[in-house]
Amino acid sequence: MKKKSSLLSRIVLVLTLLFFYLPILYIIVFSFNDSRSLTKFSGFSLRWYEKMFADPTMMEAVMYTVIVAVLATAISTIVGTITAIGLSKSRRAVQLLVERVNDLPVMNPDIVTAISLLMFFSVLAVRKGLGTMLLAHIMFCIPYVMLSITPKLRSLDPNLIDAALDLGATPFQALTRVIVPQIRPGIISGALIAFTMSFDDFVISYFTTGNGVNNISILVYTMSKRVNPSINALSTIVILLITLTLGIVNIVPVLREKWSAKNQPVK
Amino acid sequence: MKQFRSMTYPYVLWISVMIIVPMLLIVLYAFTVSGNDVLTFQFTLENFHRFITDSVFRAVLWRSLLIAVITTLICVLLGYPIAYIIAQMGEHANTVMILLITMPTWVNMLVRTYAWMGILQDEGVLNSLLGVFGIGPVQMIHTSFAVILGMVYNFIPFMILQIHTSLAKMDKSLLNAANDLGANPVQAFLRVTLPLSVPGIISGITLVFLPAVSSFFIPKLLGGGQYVLVGNIIETQFLTTGDWNFGSAISMIMALIIMLSMYLTRKVDVSAASNGKE
Repeated sequence: MKKKSSLLSRIVLVLTLLFFYLPILYIIVFSFNDSRSLTKFSGFSLRWYEKMFADPTMMEAVMYTVIVAVLATAISTIVGTITAIGLSKSRRAVQLLVERVNDLPVMNPDIVTAISLLMFFSVLAVRKGLGTMLLAHIMFCIPYVMLSITPKLRSLDPNLIDAALDLGATPFQALTRVIVPQIRPGIISGALIAFTMSFDDFVISYFTTGNGVNNISILVYTMSKRVNPSINALSTIVILLITLTLGIVNIVPVLREKWSAKNQPVK
Repeated sequence: MKQFRSMTYPYVLWISVMIIVPMLLIVLYAFTVSGNDVLTFQFTLENFHRFITDSVFRAVLWRSLLIAVITTLICVLLGYPIAYIIAQMGEHANTVMILLITMPTWVNMLVRTYAWMGILQDEGVLNSLLGVFGIGPVQMIHTSFAVILGMVYNFIPFMILQIHTSLAKMDKSLLNAANDLGANPVQAFLRVTLPLSVPGIISGITLVFLPAVSSFFIPKLLGGGQYVLVGNIIETQFLTTGDWNFGSAISMIMALIIMLSMYLTRKVDVSAASNGKE
């Protein structure tokens, strides 16, 4: 009885993974297709990779995606950390107010946030482009950074700061030497969330950009009307990078643990 | 420690300008006449009236809700057993499976949806597979089936992760207790496991229903140009027609429906929790 149900479980899991990875395998396989077809594989070639690297709009989109993701992550992580720390010492009313307003871009559908920013930038007659897209990304990333830092701050012992101050630390030193190291895991996961949110964003970027500034998502959306296997080539490279990053993120802590275990004398 | 408080001031200013003002603009535009300058408002309910009375728009809204509800239901029905099986596994296998399910979500949603476009074509992989069994070709691309499939594919990981979290948190000794008290496995599941995982199902539902109602690139890519959901109307109003007032009114209606459904789902959650206590 037990064996039978575990066989069924295995089948379900295999089918689940097949479903999840089918499109990804499909992209990778067809990025090496010799012909333009998205349905028949006619032979191995690297022509779509060559085409991709020779295509200035694709290379520009990659560049803009990376620039926006890196800047938005850096700025939103710094601002989010500073604000979250300040907020943890603020009055409850202020905390509630900021939390509620932060909820707006998190809880609202992306398209609602996107059109609100589109109208905002247009009313102010700001030229839409890289700058507006970056501002929009910073705006929707900060709440996620704060969401991952705030729980860490809540579990922080408030006496720690008092102790630091009593021992002669300036408030700034207490901040950088006591609080920040304590909440570092929250800051790192917040930065990671911000980076992936920004890197993958389509809806908000699509409505807040202009002047020919596209990111990868917008490019895929506008190119999807005609068949363009270079998209598969680009996506394959992105998938490779993500897999590598995830691999490193998951393997490095394990290696470091092993390494430090090896170097620590046994007590 | 009060000196740290001033660290929030810049952000309070930032959210006033970048979140509150833009959101208020939606409300302002929704209630004003089109074609006017922002400074000469002329208030009206015409934008809402137009949406509610026009049978075409009503049909689109109805279809969007229907597609979102079907998507959410499928995600619960498929996601629950998957999450349950994963939660039963050993600690190591558990972590690996969760990582394997999370990984595809790191690949751009647009790109994954684009891949389904190829898979679902009349001459695509799926139809060739069906051809082996002598079926088809079945038209899949540009149908509701394709749109729902695309939505389930993109959003079911959220459901699985939420349900899995609530199942993993569950105290396993409760099942032993149920067993000792004479419950069979089915009773134990229905009376212990299922009620305890309701919070996970509820947060999964909100995470699936919200993007499903408002999605506009999945219907566009998989449903084709003729397949219109409420997100597509909003896109058209802002990027093609340029009728911000009407577009804002539609967005407000959509946001209200989402808020209402979330409120109702939470209510179900609360009553389920109180039932569990009895």
